[in-house]
Amino acid sequence: MKNLSKYLVVWSACALVWLLGSPVALGDTLKVCNTCEYHSVKEAVRQAKAGDVVLVDGGVYLESGIEITRPISLIGRNNPVIDGRNSGQIITIKSSNVKLEGFTIQNVAVSYMRDDAAIRVADRENIQILNNTVLNTYFGIYLQNADNSVVKGNVVKGENTGKIESSLGNAIHVWRTDGAEISNNKVEGHRDGIYFEYVTNSRVHSNISERNNRYGLHFMFSDGNVYTHNTFSKNGAGVAVMYTRNVRMEHNTFEDNWGAAAYGLLLKDISQSVILNNTFRRNTTGIYMESSSRLDITSNDFDRNGWAIRLLSSCIQDTFRLNNFTGNSFDVSTNGSPTMNLFENNYWDKYSGYDLDKDKIGDVPYRPVSLYSMLVERVPPSVMFMRSFMVDLMDSIERVLPSFIPESLVDDRPQMKKINHDSDRKLVQNLR
Amino acid sequence: MNKIIKYVLYDIIRNKIVVAYTLFLLLLSIGLFNLGSSPDKGLLSLLNLVLLTVPLISIVFATTHFYNSYEFMELLVSQPIKRSKIFMSEYLGVTLSLSAAILIGIGIPVLLFAPGATGLYLVLTGVFITFIFVALAFLASVITRDKAKGIGIALLLWFYFALIYDGIVLFILYSFGDYPLEYATLALTALNPVDLGRIMVLLNLDVSALMGYTGALYKSIFGSMWGIGLSFGVMVLWVFIPLLSSRRVFQKRDL
Repeated sequence: MKNLSKYLVVWSACALVWLLGSPVALGDTLKVCNTCEYHSVKEAVRQAKAGDVVLVDGGVYLESGIEITRPISLIGRNNPVIDGRNSGQIITIKSSNVKLEGFTIQNVAVSYMRDDAAIRVADRENIQILNNTVLNTYFGIYLQNADNSVVKGNVVKGENTGKIESSLGNAIHVWRTDGAEISNNKVEGHRDGIYFEYVTNSRVHSNISERNNRYGLHFMFSDGNVYTHNTFSKNGAGVAVMYTRNVRMEHNTFEDNWGAAAYGLLLKDISQSVILNNTFRRNTTGIYMESSSRLDITSNDFDRNGWAIRLLSSCIQDTFRLNNFTGNSFDVSTNGSPTMNLFENNYWDKYSGYDLDKDKIGDVPYRPVSLYSMLVERVPPSVMFMRSFMVDLMDSIERVLPSFIPESLVDDRPQMKKINHDSDRKLVQNLR
Repeated sequence: MNKIIKYVLYDIIRNKIVVAYTLFLLLLSIGLFNLGSSPDKGLLSLLNLVLLTVPLISIVFATTHFYNSYEFMELLVSQPIKRSKIFMSEYLGVTLSLSAAILIGIGIPVLLFAPGATGLYLVLTGVFITFIFVALAFLASVITRDKAKGIGIALLLWFYFALIYDGIVLFILYSFGDYPLEYATLALTALNPVDLGRIMVLLNLDVSALMGYTGALYKSIFGSMWGIGLSFGVMVLWVFIPLLSSRRVFQKRDL
């Protein structure tokens, strides 16, 4: 009995020690600052064991080549700055389950051979990169083969004034990754804002991508991704997405992508995707579609674009429903006669039909392709006659008595009133 | 010569058409600038109207004026004054008054709402088109003594430059669509002052981004001092060719 009680006491003491000690067992905290044990981030990271937290206090650390090889958290307090002084890659994550938060990381030089980045993750999973500021780097955040990683709340800002495309890297570059989450980031001044290649089942939401030299968003061979509530504006060539299927794009804004070779959204070989509730404002071309099939383009706003939609004849079975077309120079243009595309229940501000039975749907079909826009597609130099009186006259006559414009491109049920689908945009954003 | 111009100007101002024309342009410009959301849009709408109305009004006004002042010219011819002097005075009198209407009616609103190179081009285009179409009107008037016929020819000329010409060029472009036509289009547009003016203004506006490769090419041509000089040179040619040929006819023919 005495033995038993002794045994119990020892046992409970052990449990107590274990309980108290458990936070310690999860990891130590290694502090880095001028007066701390560690003065260098690199040294602290090297000493850290799995599960440790490396806490870096405010200050400027002139370091590069920091390699994280164990699952640690590298946390910045009071905005510490890691300045690479153009001496190569700054942070390389070579371990799974790493968290990197709260740093300003700056100055990575152009390196054509190594593609140096401020933060690179190579072949590891579950990485969290949160609330960092990346300034003046070649590549910003580079994920390669990093499944289930989160890139959230970062600002990636490059210097692209006077630079050409080939001497710039991408702000957020993701390659061969499954289940990534890219959200609430602000990227600007790079070649591509967000670049995806072979990225699957990922979510990209609430990002702002602007003033990039080439594309705000660029993805290829990246199936099953969801893009919501992003803003892509003032990018050199807008947004271009290629060779992909099962994409959802909702509540995004594509605006001010204005220039001879700029597109709001360029779709090439995209299929079975949904483009819902987006806004296309003031782009040279709102959506340019090539070889894209089975797309559902619904409830979007096309406002003040040069071309709202350029639908090449290689596109089939695309559906355009409940969209608003206002103030565009050309609503839809095409280079041939695309087949089996459906336009239905859209609002066209150029529609001049009537509604006798008052069901809010025009009784006369609307043909969104104008004769002149077809002529321009066939003979590009004829664009010099834009706004000529003759052209306006031609278009009006053709609209009354259509004979050249494709029979198949017609909205049989045009809406009489502008469709109101962005009134609760803010609300939707909050609910999600 | 100055004295004759003065009399012509006095005559024109007295019949109040030019004043009405000035007010019309002024109201139009101010209205369009206030209607449009941006000054660029205002300029664009203004451009369309200028290219349509200014040639029409210039050509009709100049033709009727020419026929109406036939007696005055006959009176002057009986005096020891050279015919070319009389003719040039008539021409300058009409063009100066119409140009003044443009400078006031379009120039002032542009200066107020959209100052800049584009606005300057628009006003310059308006002035050049006035000079060109008055010259064409005088050409139509010296060809025939019959007033109805003269106005008919003048209207036909306007119709040709404002409408038919573009139609013909579009037809040519369509027929030869398989060939690279950028420079051919450039040459063809230079053959119509209305097109030339329109393109010069359009290239300076945002809309030029819609013009793709052709637009970029034109921009590189018209963007250089050389290109601007050349296009204004072509405009000047467009003034002088009809003007000098009509003066020649006027000097030789039996009034």
